[in-house]
Amino acid sequence: MICRDVLERLSPFLDDELDPLASREILEHLESCPGCTVALARHRELSLGLRSDLDYHRASDLLGARVLRAVRGTTAGTAVRRDEPAARSWLWRSLVAALLLLVGGSWWFALSGRVDRDTLIAREAVSAHIRSLMASHLTDVASSDHHTVKPWFGGRLDYSPPVADFGAEGFLLVGGRLDYLQNRTVAALVYRYRAHLVNVFVWPVADAREAFEPPLVEQGFQVIRGTHAQMAYCLVSDLNATELKGFARRLAARPHAP
Amino acid sequence: MTLDLGAERAGQERRLSPREQERFQANLLPYLDAAYNLARYLLHDVHEAEDAVQESCLRAIRHFEGFRGTDGRAWLLRIVRNTCFTWLRLRRGGGSLAEFDESLHTPEDEASGPAADLARTVAAESVREGLARLPPVFREVIVLRELEGLSYKEIAQVVAIPIGTVMSRLARGRRDLMLILEAKPKGER
Repeated sequence: MICRDVLERLSPFLDDELDPLASREILEHLESCPGCTVALARHRELSLGLRSDLDYHRASDLLGARVLRAVRGTTAGTAVRRDEPAARSWLWRSLVAALLLLVGGSWWFALSGRVDRDTLIAREAVSAHIRSLMASHLTDVASSDHHTVKPWFGGRLDYSPPVADFGAEGFLLVGGRLDYLQNRTVAALVYRYRAHLVNVFVWPVADAREAFEPPLVEQGFQVIRGTHAQMAYCLVSDLNATELKGFARRLAARPHAP
Repeated sequence: MTLDLGAERAGQERRLSPREQERFQANLLPYLDAAYNLARYLLHDVHEAEDAVQESCLRAIRHFEGFRGTDGRAWLLRIVRNTCFTWLRLRRGGGSLAEFDESLHTPEDEASGPAADLARTVAAESVREGLARLPPVFREVIVLRELEGLSYKEIAQVVAIPIGTVMSRLARGRRDLMLILEAKPKGER
């Protein structure tokens, strides 16, 4: 592939929307072409800038309640009124509407409250992910050897995070670093899959569950949370959901070596 | 407790059956934020965006039998973007939405921020401004991709264009955005 072809395909390449062959050709080209590598970095920086600097505008509670009322078929005002006992029917109607608004509103509130709790940690993790890519502070210890990365955490954390290498499956260990999540210092393991980086945050939990949640999208990044072998995991990446899920499955299948 | 509202409205306003209401709530309401976010970036106005989302939801209710229950997000976003583009077209008196206004390219002479502003190549403010200057058809694919994390296939469904067009629109949108951001006199270069 020549530079022009590569430059034209950088956008879908970063989005992981090229066929594997074209992706591989671009990767090979990038290894030996500083110019295209710079262009790739600019593309990546733009994407990160967009995701970190643009606000995600959420619907107001009022809009939520309005829509919910419409769904329930209780929108007052659009219908033509009949003129018989107009006053009384209006009183009734507003009473019912107020009641439904109250019920609907609290339902909505409860729902959004739950969603918020679930996404809170995801947001924190995505911020940490973006910071790690922007500040060129991806790793404190850069090594593809888990025998180097694991001991590095030894003196720095009061627990020992499981560090595994999934190179055979395409997820190359890049290194590790300390990060801060959920009001505590946590281990961040960094893996590379093709052009994508995955941050895996790991910290111990008392929870003995064995489960990984379905991916959730936060600021355009995929986030998967889970617990395995009494460790909480949070994976963040711009990989697509299917591949990140595959990676989470591999992590979960790993026996915990203390 | 229905108070004959249904009978009154029969024929003009479609009402969802209890089962449909449930399906609507389960499949579409979770994407209300996504709907509003897209509308905000397309219309750039809090109230218009809220009204557009509400109108879109009313349309969604009216045409709910057309929802096959596979991808609620794409289905709702598609209605929202159609509503927004109709509004944009009305606002501009039917002008083409795709054309790139060259006047937007001229870098503004604004008071340059403090030195901290130079610390990062792409300052938050200019990213926001830059995106706002892109024509809506490019802005929309960038928002769907970067903020909503949709795949090209999903974007193609929302916008109703072929995947190849999604690819070229995104590439073009990003290239133009980079040009806009670079045109800003921000110290380096």
